Amino acid sequence: MNWLIGCAAFLLGASYVNVQMANGEGRDQAITRFLVPTLFGISLLMLWEGVVRGLDVPGVILPAPSTIWETFKASTGILWQDFVQTFVKGALSGYLMGALAAFAVALLVDRSDFLRRGILPVGNFMAALPIIGIAPILVMWFGFDWQSKAAVVVVMVFFPILVNTVEGLRATDRMQRDLMHTYAASYWQSLFKLRLPAAMPFVFNGLKVATTLALIGAIVAEFFGSPIRGMGFRISTEVGRLALDMVWAEILVAAIAGSAFYGIVAMLESIVTFWHPSQRRRR
Amino acid sequence: MSDVSLPARSAGASAVVKATFEAIFPVVVVVAVIVGLWYAACVPMNIKASLTQAEREGAVIVPPEAKVRRDMSPIGLALANPEHTGTTFSQERPLLPAPHQVARELWNTTGDMVLQGKGFSKRSLLYHAWITLSATLLGFAIGTVAGILLAVGIVHSRVMNMSVMPWAIASQTIPILAIAPMIIVVLNSIGITGLLPKALISAYLSFFPVVVGMVKGLRSPDAMQLDLLRTYYASKSETFWKLRLPSSMPYFFTSMKIAMAASLVGAIVGELPTGAVRGLGARLLAGSYYGQTVQIWAALFAAAILAAALVGIIGILQRRTLKKLGMAH
Repeated sequence: MNWLIGCAAFLLGASYVNVQMANGEGRDQAITRFLVPTLFGISLLMLWEGVVRGLDVPGVILPAPSTIWETFKASTGILWQDFVQTFVKGALSGYLMGALAAFAVALLVDRSDFLRRGILPVGNFMAALPIIGIAPILVMWFGFDWQSKAAVVVVMVFFPILVNTVEGLRATDRMQRDLMHTYAASYWQSLFKLRLPAAMPFVFNGLKVATTLALIGAIVAEFFGSPIRGMGFRISTEVGRLALDMVWAEILVAAIAGSAFYGIVAMLESIVTFWHPSQRRRR
Repeated sequence: MSDVSLPARSAGASAVVKATFEAIFPVVVVVAVIVGLWYAACVPMNIKASLTQAEREGAVIVPPEAKVRRDMSPIGLALANPEHTGTTFSQERPLLPAPHQVARELWNTTGDMVLQGKGFSKRSLLYHAWITLSATLLGFAIGTVAGILLAVGIVHSRVMNMSVMPWAIASQTIPILAIAPMIIVVLNSIGITGLLPKALISAYLSFFPVVVGMVKGLRSPDAMQLDLLRTYYASKSETFWKLRLPSSMPYFFTSMKIAMAASLVGAIVGELPTGAVRGLGARLLAGSYYGQTVQIWAALFAAAILAAALVGIIGILQRRTLKKLGMAH
């Protein structure tokens, strides 16, 4: 009972502080913009902890955050092994292959107007389909190890990156292309000096969408068969054993890996497209 | 209408036909090339099984030793035994079924069963598609309504905006789908089974795209328009109903399309951990357990058709609504 009262009091206090900060003088400062969501996140965790402890929720339904953290610390070895299997071998290699393939196809497609008008609608259509369903087929073709997961990731990330890159290569306007023409620039010169840089915001849009898809693809493909390591394998087997603290620890790893992956791609974007208005505004 | 406008209109109609043709023809060509490549890929993918089968039936295969054949490339095998490439398109359990096999399986499990009057039997793909569709739609409805409500809250409250919005954006980088098996099992263990657990996963997946899209949309009126309403002395709710909500519609429909696709993926993945029982996800899993590749491909295409239909319906609604609001181009 004490836990319930305590967490309710913390929640009220944190909400009060947040309201004060959000409506107060320094609401536009960076530190406030960081503190308010952080405090909100902490109070949600406190609510979770308090409810689980206060109502004695059994661990097979919802483990407390502290229990999850203990499990996380105690099993870093297994978690690291799963991370390498699923993220580094499956998701990352598939992501790189898929991105390169999509980029190359986009450059080819861009050379012909006919191809572009044919492939863009098909690519857009494919990007909206539940491609994850192809996982059982690819597991059958490439075996249980990481190769089949990488193949699923390749197919999943291919279409968003392709569509975005093709769109991006059209992003230059007539005036800019005419200018390159007056310079007597060759196709490759105008590609490297004008059109690729102009396409980069679009390309990174696709790359960012694909980061999440890559992790999802690698994890879900393991539900269809995997060696005895990997995040998807661990999640499905530990759920079967009702060891939910381990499942949550694995989800924590997935969350960290997913946001770090996204963060790194977003950082690359801000380096490559420093000239773009959406990046300039932040300075 | 006078006779002057008639030729202009018919010219407009032929221009529309021409534009439609120019839009569709390249797509048709690309799809035809894909189907052609698919057929071509069937030969090397399935040739080894075909040759083994032919040898069992007493035919003479060009390198007669199975050992030698194992190390040969599939294309080399196909070139050496051209008379056996035909059977690569008609195997029972091919590595890669040919398009017509998938189409036949789709017809046998949908239209044909309807004609026989058992369109809703457990072997019918319509039955499984309906199971998945109902979870998708329920989850989509829950997720969209909750997403709109949260977006309205975020737009009108600075605290909610500052505390919730960063998490809503960050949560999109997390592979939420990974918790699907857990939700199913946990809800099962406290007695909630059937439609609702799958729908909750769908709702969770469709929730965040709607929140982010609607926040963008409800904020899309510019300062000039908001100022105009202030000079009219419009209340907050009047501003919401007459300006913010209508101008959010393009964003709303775009995020609904994303949410619908995500919702379908959620329902399919939600069917995996319960074991292969009902739904398109279960068909995929059962097919992969028993090596029924044609069944997997048929389920995959059923899911694709479902996704295309759902997104297409939203697209039609979008065009109609935006036209009525005067926003269509």
